[in-house]
Formats: sequence, structure tokens, C-alpha cells
Amino acid sequence: MTTMTLNAGEAGPAEDQTANPASESAVEQSAVKARAANTNIEVTGTVGSPFCDDAKLSMRNVNVFYGEAQAIHDVSLDIGRNQVVAMIGPSGCGKSTFLRSLNRMNDTIEGCRVEGELTLDGEAIYGPKVDVVPLRARVGMVFQKPNPFPKSIYDNVAYGPKIHGIASRRAELDEIVENSLRRAGLWNEVKDRLDKPGTGLSGGQQQRLCIARAIAVSPEVILMDEPCSALDPIATARIEELIDELRQNYTIAIVTHSMQQAARVSQRTAYFHLGKLVEVNDTETVFTNPEHELTEAYITGRFG
Amino acid sequence: MEMHFDQHISRQFNEDLESLKTEMLEMGGMVTRQVADAVEALANADSELAEKVLKVEEEIDRCEMELDEHATLIIAKRQPAASDLRMVMSVIRIARDLERVGDEASKVAKMAIALTDEGTAPRGYTEIRHIANAVRKMLNDALDAYTRFDVASAMETLAEDEQVDMDYRSAVREMITYMMEDPRSISRVMNVLWTLRSLERIGDHAKNICEQVVYLVKGADIRHGNEKNMR
Repeated sequence: MTTMTLNAGEAGPAEDQTANPASESAVEQSAVKARAANTNIEVTGTVGSPFCDDAKLSMRNVNVFYGEAQAIHDVSLDIGRNQVVAMIGPSGCGKSTFLRSLNRMNDTIEGCRVEGELTLDGEAIYGPKVDVVPLRARVGMVFQKPNPFPKSIYDNVAYGPKIHGIASRRAELDEIVENSLRRAGLWNEVKDRLDKPGTGLSGGQQQRLCIARAIAVSPEVILMDEPCSALDPIATARIEELIDELRQNYTIAIVTHSMQQAARVSQRTAYFHLGKLVEVNDTETVFTNPEHELTEAYITGRFG
Repeated sequence: MEMHFDQHISRQFNEDLESLKTEMLEMGGMVTRQVADAVEALANADSELAEKVLKVEEEIDRCEMELDEHATLIIAKRQPAASDLRMVMSVIRIARDLERVGDEASKVAKMAIALTDEGTAPRGYTEIRHIANAVRKMLNDALDAYTRFDVASAMETLAEDEQVDMDYRSAVREMITYMMEDPRSISRVMNVLWTLRSLERIGDHAKNICEQVVYLVKGADIRHGNEKNMR
């Protein structure tokens, strides 16, 4: 693709999960049209530093298709160990699609095809012998809308370890549940009502429960797809604080529409535009002096 | 990268940034006028004009405070990033420099009043006029470079400060000679020295403004001789 035009097909089914309010998306799209001059800029490759020395996840020349439509164009990116990488960009830019290809969540979407080299600790994520169930235990995911199971708080967290066979005895499970809830910063708030339904918690608590559920299976990487967009500022601040703590033990990739959030929680920021990776740089650089014109235009609210 | 501060989705944001820049340049205009008036008051022994300079200084102080407040509001409301952030930061820094140029102009005005009262023959005025012309040009060019986001012209103006510093040092040596030749002139020549000092400082502030042009356009912090930071 040589000219950059907004192609509705590129939004693809991946945006279903993130379920942006239609109005927001419409505003963004009209803004893109209003700034058509900006979008005529051709993206030929990624500027900045997409690679790093200690890569946990390594992606090379990744292309993702939904049937005929190509959603990701030749993206290469490393995600460093114990690092938070923020992925930003306007709706339909492919950041969620890219995130979901990292633990093969796209496998469930019919007609979705992922090409290129994607490795976790040097092992191919799309290798023929890879079983996606343990893969998704290693690469956990937290979604935009908190989605606790309709079970007790305890069972929400204990479910993963049980099915992955990490723990079977009650005492072991108890320990995992407590540890996970503590790490997610939720333990003190729920320790006296572990048998109550997870769905009865507040939005922010539910999201922390989902994070506890994700870390209960001892993942190495946590993917977060707009984890705070349904939360109030206080709950958001808690989750952001948590992301920073989790970084000590996990590698994190987060998709966010909040520029300030990307600036606050990440060490590196990747800017996607119409399925291409435009720029990857230290977060500090991206928000004070980005290299690419499109990054500048997006983060300063000139379009997108 | 080109500078465009009128292309935000939010029209209000465009206007906020535009009016911040306009306000700063208006303040720059006032301060430039102050320097010119102060130097003229000195050259023509016009204490009335010098008094006017002292009065206008209060207005300049008020301008600085207003600019600070508007910049703070933009940060609070918009959380500017990249070039927008650099624009706001540069305006805050330049406002402070302009305010200090205003202070120096007032000092020159005070010296004008003192020297007029003494009423003796104006020795050292040639040096004052020479340095005053140089720093006034620097100040004008610096603000002009900011208006046009012109890094090349900012760098040229910035380099002129070296010559001003040299002229200042040589003028100081000259004044010391006068004082040694005629100790009765010490108090008067000291006033001339303070004036030269103020003018030299104005050159430094103009240089700071040039550095902010580079910061705004290139995102590089070249203060304190860090010109290697320019990419």
C-alpha cells in the first residue's frame, strides 16, 4: 500500500472485543478526514529503535490479514524483559490486532491469518507443535471490559491454576489465590468475602480481579488491551500503579487510547498508524520530541 | 519538522496556544521598547523618559505573571505533548528572561537619572551606545527568530553574544583606566560600569531566547554550551 487512506476494512474484527463507542470512532474518523493532508504522508518503515538487546518477545516482518484485508503491514518490534511497552494509535490502526497476535487470540477469528516471525524467548509462537492453552498461560491477557467469570472471587482466581494443573490441593490453591490477589492489590478489599460473586465487585475491583486471574497462572508476559478505559480515575491510578509493580516480575504490553497513560506507565512507546508501525522510541522521547511527523500529529491531538 | 500550532482537532486549543504566543511577543515588544527608552534617556540625559521606564516596569512584571498563569492553565487543561509542550515551556522560560531584561532596563534608567543629576561630561557613553546597539539588535532578532521558528537565524544571533561579551570586557578595562587616571570620577564611572553590566546581561537574556527557539523547533536543549545536543 503506497498511499495512506482510511480503509474501514482495516479496522477488522479485532475492534469488536474492544468495543469502542461508535460515536467516538465516528469523531475520530471525521477528524482524520479533516486532516487529510496529514494522512497523505507515506509510512515507509519504522523510525526510532524497535529492537532491544534483552527481548522477551520478538516480532519480525509480521503481517496480519482478515480475509483479503491486511490489518498489519510488515511490523517488526521487540518487547524487552521486565519492560512495559505501550502501543498507541488511532482506532483501526491495528494495535489491538497486533497485541492479540502475540498470544494467538486471533486464532479464534475466522479468516484471520498471521504471517512473519513471532517468538517468545526465541521459541516460535506460531510453531506447528505449539499448544495455545499453555501459550496463553505464559502470555496472559487483560481486556478492556472487566470480564470476571460468574463465579466466586476465589474461583475466578483459582480457575486457571486448576485447569492448567498448576495446583490441585486446596492449600496450594489458597496460597495462589491469596498471592495473586495481593499482587493485584485487591486482597485487603476482598479477603473477607472470597465466596461472594466476582461480578458483585466495583468496575475497578473487577479489573484488578481479572489481573489477579491473569497472574494466578504465573505468566511471563501480560497483554493489556485498554485495561482502564472503563474505569474511573481512581481505579485507573490503582491499575497504573499495579502495572508499574508488575513490571518487576513480568513483561507487559499495553494498548491504550490515553496518551497520558502511555506516558506514565511505559518505558517504550510504539505508534501504529493504518496497520503500520510508524515509530518506536523511549517513552520520554515520544512525548517530548517524537521523530515522526505522524507521531507528533497524533500525540498532540492534530488528528486521530 | 514544521511547526503548526493551528491544526489541533480542538479549535480552542489552537486559540489558547496562539494567544499564549501572541501575549509573549507583546511582552517582548514592551521590553524591547523599555531597553530603547532607557538607553535614550541615558544618552539625552532625559530623566523624564527614565521615570517612564521605571513606571512601565510594573506592567512588565504583571505580563510575566499573566503569561505564567495562562501557561499553567494550558498544562492543566490540555496536558500538551511534543511541540505543544515545548511551546508552553519555551514561553514560560522566555517570559522570565524578558522580565529580567525589563529589570536591567530599569537599572539603566536609574543610572540615567543618577548620571543626569551629576551633570558632568559623559565619558564612557561611546562604549554604552555601542553595546546598547548590539544587544538591542540581538533582542529584536531573537524575538523575530521565535516568531518565525527560525533556528538558523537564532543560532546566528546567539553567536553575537560572544562579541558583546568581548566588547564589555574591553569597555570595563577602559573604565578602570579612567578611574585610575582620575579618582574623582570613580563614583560616576561606576554608574557607567553598572550600565554596561546591565546591557551585557540583556545580551545574555537574548541568547537564552535564541536557545528556546532551538528547543521549540528541534527539541534540543542547548543551554549551557550544549550545542552538541542539536540533531
